[in-house]
Amino acid sequence: MSEAKPKTPLRLSDVRARLEKKSGPAYWRSLDELAGSEAFQELLENEFPQHASVWPDGVSRRGFLHLMGASLALAGVTACTRQPEEKILPYVRQPEQIVPGQPLYFATALDPGGGALGVLVESHMGRPTKIEGNPDHPASLGATDARTQAMILQLYDPDRSQVVLGGSNIRSWGAFEEDLDNQLAFQATKQGAGLRILTPNTTSPTLIAQMERILAKYPSAKWHAYDPLDRRSAREGARLAFQQPLTVEHRLEKADVIVSLDADFLMSGSAPVVAARQFSSRRVPEQPMNRLYVLESSPTLTGAQADHRQALRPGELRAVARFLAADLGLLNKGNAELPESARWVRSMLEDLKAHRGRSVVMAGDEQPAELHGLVHAINEALGNVGETVFYREPLDALSTGAAQALDVLTRSLAAGEVEVLLILGGNPAYDAPADLELSTHLERVGFKVHLGLYDDETSLLCDWHLPEAHPLECWGDTRSFDGRVSIQQPLIAPLYNGRCPLEVLALLEDRSGLGSHDLVREHWKGRLGEDGFEAAWRRAVHDGQVQGTESPVVDAQCGPVDSLFRDGAFAGPGASGMDLLFRADASAFDGRFANNGWLQELPRPLTKLTWDNAVLIAPSTAERLGLENEDVVELQYQGRRVEGPIWITPGQARDCLTVHLGYGRTRAGRVGTGVGFDAYALRTWEAPAGGTGVRLRKTDRQHSLVTTQEHHSMEGRDIVRSFPLAELGQDEAHAEAESHHEGPTSLYPEKPWDGAAWAMEIDLSKCVGCNACTIACQAENNIPVVGKEQVANGREMSWIRVDRYYMGDLDEPQTVHQPVPCMHCENAPCEPVCPVAATVHSDEGLNDMVYNRCVGTRYCANNCPYKVRRFNFFNYPKEVAESETLQRNPDVSVRFRGVMEKCTYCVQRISHARIEAKKAGHAIKDGAIVTACQQVCPSGAIVFGDKNDASSAVAKQKSDPRHYDLVLGHHLNTKPRTGYLAQIRNPNPAIEGA
Amino acid sequence: MAQIFPPVTNTLARASIFGGVFILAGAAWVFSVVDRSPYMSQVDVVREQPVPFSHRRHVAQLGLDCRFCHTSVEDSSFAGIPPTHTCMTCHSQIWLQADMLEPVRESYRTDRSLEWTRVHDVPDYAYFNHSIHVKKGVGCETCHGRVDQMPLMWRAETLHMEWCLNCHRHPEGFLRPRDEVFTFGWDPVDQEALGAELKEQYDVAAPRTLTNCSICHR
Repeated sequence: MSEAKPKTPLRLSDVRARLEKKSGPAYWRSLDELAGSEAFQELLENEFPQHASVWPDGVSRRGFLHLMGASLALAGVTACTRQPEEKILPYVRQPEQIVPGQPLYFATALDPGGGALGVLVESHMGRPTKIEGNPDHPASLGATDARTQAMILQLYDPDRSQVVLGGSNIRSWGAFEEDLDNQLAFQATKQGAGLRILTPNTTSPTLIAQMERILAKYPSAKWHAYDPLDRRSAREGARLAFQQPLTVEHRLEKADVIVSLDADFLMSGSAPVVAARQFSSRRVPEQPMNRLYVLESSPTLTGAQADHRQALRPGELRAVARFLAADLGLLNKGNAELPESARWVRSMLEDLKAHRGRSVVMAGDEQPAELHGLVHAINEALGNVGETVFYREPLDALSTGAAQALDVLTRSLAAGEVEVLLILGGNPAYDAPADLELSTHLERVGFKVHLGLYDDETSLLCDWHLPEAHPLECWGDTRSFDGRVSIQQPLIAPLYNGRCPLEVLALLEDRSGLGSHDLVREHWKGRLGEDGFEAAWRRAVHDGQVQGTESPVVDAQCGPVDSLFRDGAFAGPGASGMDLLFRADASAFDGRFANNGWLQELPRPLTKLTWDNAVLIAPSTAERLGLENEDVVELQYQGRRVEGPIWITPGQARDCLTVHLGYGRTRAGRVGTGVGFDAYALRTWEAPAGGTGVRLRKTDRQHSLVTTQEHHSMEGRDIVRSFPLAELGQDEAHAEAESHHEGPTSLYPEKPWDGAAWAMEIDLSKCVGCNACTIACQAENNIPVVGKEQVANGREMSWIRVDRYYMGDLDEPQTVHQPVPCMHCENAPCEPVCPVAATVHSDEGLNDMVYNRCVGTRYCANNCPYKVRRFNFFNYPKEVAESETLQRNPDVSVRFRGVMEKCTYCVQRISHARIEAKKAGHAIKDGAIVTACQQVCPSGAIVFGDKNDASSAVAKQKSDPRHYDLVLGHHLNTKPRTGYLAQIRNPNPAIEGA
Repeated sequence: MAQIFPPVTNTLARASIFGGVFILAGAAWVFSVVDRSPYMSQVDVVREQPVPFSHRRHVAQLGLDCRFCHTSVEDSSFAGIPPTHTCMTCHSQIWLQADMLEPVRESYRTDRSLEWTRVHDVPDYAYFNHSIHVKKGVGCETCHGRVDQMPLMWRAETLHMEWCLNCHRHPEGFLRPRDEVFTFGWDPVDQEALGAELKEQYDVAAPRTLTNCSICHR
């Protein structure tokens, strides 16, 4: 950007000084805001910062007008042309269930990384357009998360691999099969001694059974499974404690006290969607509220929800766990000391002891196995097992021992034992730990095959690359967190000639004719029995799950932990140097979603960064080291180096650096290639979560990072409200007075809102800030991706944003999330300023946007106090690939350049519900209209309905004492239809300064 | 030095300033006429189709109900164009050798769709729903005209927004009993009185709701 102003450096001492001056609950969004920097002022004052002054590719505004003169003159004439002719192509044979114009929903299951989730996929005449949660599925409960939502875009990604590649030549599946047969014929003579198969870790019963048959046929062959984020230490921890691998299941809705030792259960873990639902069901004052303590090294959304949060270095965290165990009599007290920085751990411990059987202690997936084992013992000592904590037998290939780990494979590779290597799925050349040197070892293999969704880093090193079918394109089966099997069914035939791993493995067992449907069906015929199979199968496919397949709950006894934990394996604090932490990225996850534009542009939780990863560092540490945001630093860890930009993150533990995985891809596709830096380059097999001893060197370069945290700022007015449970009664009058505040007398007569009055209520107590609503809205409403440069200009298009506010201390802030869609003000300030009446009110209270009238003056956005209006600066709909247009929702207009747009309350869903209710001859029932953001919300924070109907959920919430409107200083009289319920926290009264 | 402009130029200048108003008004009038002309709106224009399907033959003479082919008109936004199979219900028995039916037979043989040209095409930003209109007593004829008298299909109405609003502002003038929705040539004695009664009976929304932008545009 040639005209960008040079940045004035941010002085953290100024920031602290300002923070001290603020009195009362002062909220802040970013360090720049606190510092009152020039850049922030600019963002504040302009509805679209740098709105018209900068064009892409260096074309000046004058130059653009010059070039566009002729086009502009002709633009008016386009209205005089005739409507283009359209064709209708009816079916030859119409499928039985299809009613043209009505979507169908099919149950299937998807794994967005972490664990499978039952979903319903909306299909318009064979074209899948939207993913929703399956309300009957235990891992979904009707909701999904951001990555699951974005998997529909991945299906249509034009960069997906489309052809079979032999070397760099386009070949056919037939040619590959022939080549493979020759190799297998040779392997058969030596019992498959040189044959290795590498897959991601799997729970698929069909695939596991298939592998058993293959390994029986080639007894010396081996199966390896690898996921970069596969909870290895949790598995090992269960082995330490119970002498057997077990998975842990929490019933958070039954827990009064929850302690998380670095466990981000709301975003990662095996069932984050379920955890969010269970957790948030107890975050409202109507229920006995739970209390959450979080001790963590890097800020997470779970930490943001905590009533008490403390940033601790990993060593200190381990010391806290030892202290808890020692106090409960599980360890020798002598060697357990509480670190100085842990302020309220004793009070937390008293709280835990007071809630025996009604509490949960959790350990994060990144924590060492010993800590997991200790936590098992602590839960047992607190009597939580069988109440809030359950153990089940794991059924994934690595836990059951069906597959061996990656390090075993690399040892075989190094020894030259491997002649044929089939890599079915995954991208190990990119995401394997650096110290295993997989890429180097691969060179020794004679015949290497990679089946993958993309022609990626691994494909480059293989002799054959095979296009993989997307999970929405093939049959399969998978298990969710409780072991329940879901049948995956395809929504569409493979777009790019891909095959799924089941079909490729079928080549190894001489069943090459069989498709994935036959394979899955045949497996379940064996499992469910011939009798009544057809009915049972149809039911399983229809419901998206096979009843009675849950893994049994195990009554496990924890062994004595004192003898298990050697001191050396569990070093306490005191380690010098800085800690390095590897974390999964909320968007890219392990890198598999790197090429997904929706996810890349989605602001990451808390940091609100888009299109990049960064080295997260605590404010105090940055100050000490003289680092500023966007400074590129070199990290040196165990002899390996990587460079990345610094991002100062409030709430980060001091002397801890967090890096997110999944970036720095070299062959991701046109969206993801070259975004961010590759943190895998530092990762080791033994310590996948990171460790101590990272060295940091500042370079003289800067890398521009784009964050949306300051965009659409609402002038620091009274926006978010959060108060402790104890103050709820006292604050009632306060909240009441404000929400029913008599605004300035209006000159205009009151509008009668006597019909339906659509309204929304967002419960800030329940919202965990996961961003799923933003992506769901994007999928539902055909919202474009604009790219890093345009996000930097404040031109992101998301109709619902999740604002994040900090409160209090710079190093240990409290965090509140606030989703902001259009307020649908009854007295909408955007309407009177529109010169062409393109935004007008409906009699049901919707602030309608009429795209065809809009001429793009942007006065409305200028006059919107909530900054929820978005403008199409470019012709985004034309800039996407042909295949991506298939994702579009046919019930929503695709907007052109020069048109304003914003949240419509999903007017297409309102229309649908209205028409169906009228046809059925009754009024629209409460709950019949579910907006996209509401449907996806894991925690159930959003409610929508008719506020004139006193019995509706939204009307009840509007009369809740916690309700408040975003009136922004009492003088605007906008009467927003979107309201909020204040966040209630439940701090421990025994802890000071909470 | 001689004057470049003769005195008459003053008069011309005055006339052209005054005339400009008329010129602009004239241009606006021409635009509105052209925009509403059959050339633009395609009213009464027969479009070329792969098969010269005659609604007159099938509806008036053979007595087929609209819903025999347009099966989803009561359930969906889209009324439905019959699959080739529907045509072949009869045409596998009669008119087996007719040349004009060759595209139908070809479609059946090759499993490739017939490519019909849309006659009634509302713009993509308007979301029309057949099922609710049928349910509220809007006859096929009201929008599609006397289809039973059309040997080939043409557009009977402009489908302009002003035309839609005629009814959305004043539904009484167009409603008919549900039994008569699929009838052609229906002729009520007193449309206004009947319409008002039906509007009540069928719970048709008030014009202020029916004229919300978001009723049709999303």
